Amino acid sequence: MEELLEILQDLHPEVDFDECDTLVDDKILDSFDIISLITEINSTFDVAVPAEEIIPENFNSAEALWDMIERLRDE
Amino acid sequence: MLFTSYGFIAFLIAIFLLYYIIPKKYQWMLLLVGSYVFYAFSGIRFLLYIAVTTLTTWFSAVRITAIQKERNEYFDAHKGEMDRDGKKAYKAATKKKTRVWFLLCLLLNLGILAVIKYTDFVIANINSIFGTETAFMRFAVPLGISYYTFKSLGYLIDVNRGKYEAQKNPAKFALFVSFFPQVIQGPISRYDKLSETLFTQHSYDRIRVRQGLTRVLWGFCKKLVIADRLMPAVKALSGSPEEFQGAWVVMLILFYAIELYADFTGGIDIAIGIGQMLGVDMEENFRTPFFSKNINEYWTRWHITMGTWFKDYIFYPISVSGWMMKLSRSAREKMGKGVGKRIPVYLANIIVWFATGLWHGAAWNFIVWGMLNCVVTVASYEMEPLYKKFHGAARWSNTIGYDIFQMIRTFWLMGAIRILDVYRDVPVSFAQIGTIFTSGGWGEVFGEKFSRLGVSAPDLVIVCIGCAAMIIISILFRRSGEKVRPCEMLTARPVLLQAVLLVGLFLLVVIFGAYGVGYDANQFIYNQF
Repeated sequence: MEELLEILQDLHPEVDFDECDTLVDDKILDSFDIISLITEINSTFDVAVPAEEIIPENFNSAEALWDMIERLRDE
Repeated sequence: MLFTSYGFIAFLIAIFLLYYIIPKKYQWMLLLVGSYVFYAFSGIRFLLYIAVTTLTTWFSAVRITAIQKERNEYFDAHKGEMDRDGKKAYKAATKKKTRVWFLLCLLLNLGILAVIKYTDFVIANINSIFGTETAFMRFAVPLGISYYTFKSLGYLIDVNRGKYEAQKNPAKFALFVSFFPQVIQGPISRYDKLSETLFTQHSYDRIRVRQGLTRVLWGFCKKLVIADRLMPAVKALSGSPEEFQGAWVVMLILFYAIELYADFTGGIDIAIGIGQMLGVDMEENFRTPFFSKNINEYWTRWHITMGTWFKDYIFYPISVSGWMMKLSRSAREKMGKGVGKRIPVYLANIIVWFATGLWHGAAWNFIVWGMLNCVVTVASYEMEPLYKKFHGAARWSNTIGYDIFQMIRTFWLMGAIRILDVYRDVPVSFAQIGTIFTSGGWGEVFGEKFSRLGVSAPDLVIVCIGCAAMIIISILFRRSGEKVRPCEMLTARPVLLQAVLLVGLFLLVVIFGAYGVGYDANQFIYNQF
């Protein structure tokens, strides 16, 4: 989780990722951010995020993202 | 059958009356018959194309769902017996089976679209490169082929991804593909959203009908009073580039922006309004695009359903694909983190904008238009840190004045790129933009030459009032947090006021619609895409 927060902070230093749960809904993360994030997740956690997982529910908060990473790791 | 033709109005009244007279369980069937009748007016032979797309997509999706269900049942039956690797292997095997149906259907329908829409473009390029004289095929293009193909393929991809199950009833799926209000210029609806209200039974709801009718009439106003009034000027200005340069090009950018906005949003208002009258909800396609402060925001507000289609079904799948991730990793190792991170975004962006350009038309001007959008999008992404620094340092960057400056800048930037769509010729477009800085001619635009544009002073006054109305409506919508459309706001007002407004809009269309002797309503600009 710490590593994920670092990646997110690197992308948007001005956002409090511990608190924010509307990253997509409030357009804080745009499509370019999402792809950068997926590239980082792929290289840091060795997890491939398929296109069908790119839905607001999975990207709205750091926690949701982490849940997705753990779920994809287990699959 | 154009939305603005008398034939369509008669057709709409008949459908509307029958819709609420017949037993509710037959309502969707009436819409299906109506949609096919509407489509047949564009040419009986075109029914074959839409039927092929409908049947092949329906059948492939049903097969995919059946395979997916079989897999799930197998997993349920062998719970606890299978280890992770076994499960993975079984999943991969079923994916192979679904992929066959998916790819066959995808290639067939994209193939039909490509052959019909792009063969002559390819022939023209081959002829010009190799000096050959291959004859053009001149296929007649079925009405709305890009729209219904995209709708169908979006459905196929969603079913293949397991987002929802396939529709078992081919007639219901045929209605989704051919639904008459949106078959010619969108919105490009998603099956899961549209089916929520398309197949359900609807009682007559006078509030919704009134809201829908207001929106339909407002759409007619935009198309007939504003867009068609400016159309002769746009045609004259773009038709003689040598004659109209410098300041005239600025005028063309402005006029075309107004014409296109009024035309396209007018058509969408008519489509969504008809849907409302029938109790069918459609996605919005525009959210005050000319209030955008940058090009990225603009593309989340203009032709929204097309943008999200490209994003969900092309941009994301390409940028997160296995080969792209491999490429990104290798670039990261060799050229650093920054390059590795950018490669998937930029490559997918180039492909998407190329496809968006091609989707608009089989011509180089559309491809260059797409590529210019790509360049500006990437440039603004790269410059974002700079902007942030600047916005942090300059206090006035948080003022309304600066917001308005950004909106105007985006309006003109998009207008300048859009000019490729007007001249339909790449060198001419660039040359004409160049003349803005070299030719001047600002005094001429208020002189005698203006009368050659086919637009009179009263016409301009009507257009100005129309623009003011569009701006006020946009502001009202924005003030509601972009949640309530002005047509819906009216519900809270007295019925008498609503009735006066409806009659007023009707009279506006009748009196100020750009008719004349032998008038024939112009094709909606986006019908041709």
